[in-house]
Amino acid sequence: MQATTMQQVKVRNGKIQIKAFHRSSFVLQLILGFLAVFTLVAPFFLTYTVIDIQTAIFYTLDNLKMMFLQPALHQVTVGAALYQIVITLALAFLATLIGAVISFFLAILSAKNLMPSLLSNVIITFNSFIRAVPTVLWVLIFAIVAGLGSVAAILGMTLHTIAYLTKAYSESFEEIDDGMIEALRATGAKWWHIIVHVVLPQTSSYMVSWTFLRFETNYGVAIAMGAAAAAGGIGFELFMASGFYYDLHEVGMITYFALAIALILEFFSIQIKNRLMGSK
Amino acid sequence: MNGSLDVIKKKKIQMTLVLLILLLCTMGTSMLTDFSFADGFASVPGTIVWMTTNLIPGAEAFENLSKILSKLWETIVLSIISTTTAGVIALFFALLGSKTTKVNQPFALLARLVASVFRNIPAVAWALVLVISFGHNVVTGYFALFFTTFGFLVRAFIETIDEASVESVEALNATGATYFQMVFRGVIPESLPQMVSWLFFMIDTNIRNATLVGLLTGTGIGYLFDMYYKRLDYGTVGLITICIIAIVIAIEFISNKVRRLIL
Repeated sequence: MQATTMQQVKVRNGKIQIKAFHRSSFVLQLILGFLAVFTLVAPFFLTYTVIDIQTAIFYTLDNLKMMFLQPALHQVTVGAALYQIVITLALAFLATLIGAVISFFLAILSAKNLMPSLLSNVIITFNSFIRAVPTVLWVLIFAIVAGLGSVAAILGMTLHTIAYLTKAYSESFEEIDDGMIEALRATGAKWWHIIVHVVLPQTSSYMVSWTFLRFETNYGVAIAMGAAAAAGGIGFELFMASGFYYDLHEVGMITYFALAIALILEFFSIQIKNRLMGSK
Repeated sequence: MNGSLDVIKKKKIQMTLVLLILLLCTMGTSMLTDFSFADGFASVPGTIVWMTTNLIPGAEAFENLSKILSKLWETIVLSIISTTTAGVIALFFALLGSKTTKVNQPFALLARLVASVFRNIPAVAWALVLVISFGHNVVTGYFALFFTTFGFLVRAFIETIDEASVESVEALNATGATYFQMVFRGVIPESLPQMVSWLFFMIDTNIRNATLVGLLTGTGIGYLFDMYYKRLDYGTVGLITICIIAIVIAIEFISNKVRRLIL
């Protein structure tokens, strides 16, 4: 007994090594080392257009001061800004709702305890393809056929919502107790009985929480789409204020409006998560 | 018996009400945004047909390949270095903001507030402001990505520290370890794998965000996409899209591998 424990003690340079070799921590160190070296070296391989860093930083600080410390509205009124925020929220709502309905069915088809795994693999591959294309590219691709505007924006945002929610829903479906499904199957319940009476009641709180989280994300995406793909809403006003009028005071005010709504949404999302998931 | 029937009835009424409200919201929002479901569904098959016929890159598209690859490289570098640098600073804020490692309550609240503000100011706003002073430059894209990444990572890191390290912190405190021993011997080693996993998640997200930021600020792959899109050179647009898909899937693959190795 004594001998075997002694053999495991490794001595190097007269000191007993107290750390054992772990593959995972070795890989971790390797990755961290790589990231550190990459961060230090890679910037030298980029091409920069000539900028005077000092004046650029000075101007940026000045711009940020104008933006955050002296916000004011000039082109848009407060009422119009609020109306545009409602439009952005509406875009996010529609994309989330359509996405959630489609995701629900896709999630049933891709949950491994409800459906054969071949189908689920097809859906997972399809979703990772959707996710690999940035939202703005989807919106612009849809815009060629549907025209720039809310239809293209909502379709593009819906696709990413589907990819995200299908994964979230199907994971919560897979956590359902198999015994309950079996019990219903044994009574001769039809497939949709199982969905309505076991799957839905068991997972509805998770689904609501995930859906609201996605709504919060979609609000941010909708702002971006307004600016980058002319989908309307507060993002478009933001783009106009900075790109057309160079009015940083207005950019600041619009940012504050957008920020306030985002913080409210985040607050609700945390409340919903705590209330629905905490009780379980 | 009667009571249980009432419960079922009440639930049914509740469900109907929720559905009714959702329906009204849907109608209201589609009126507000000029969205028609008919147009939406009608343009899906059209888009699929268009994608399969137009997005296939021809021989002329491949002439632009070297330009695309150099911009793609720029985008990858930007997403990685903005994530790593934001990660380092986020670590400090997360240590201040976490329940287990906070120095005092005001600092903890401040750290959380700063992170929340940075997280919720849209990347678009940063991009649009920075482009005015930095111009169409890589630095613009870097800072726009940096700010949002920082905000997100602080939140993720705080949750990681809170979840991972309660027991080891208690154990170390019981031995009379100092604050710095507790942080560097207990908290960081314990939560590092999860944090690296978040870094990879963020690199993945940032490549997609970099496309958006690039489109707005005229840098990276987003700018190139926008240029060929406006020139109606859809073959090249298709090639760019394929390149982005390849990179995102490759990074997702690597980060899944890494996650399996370290967690």
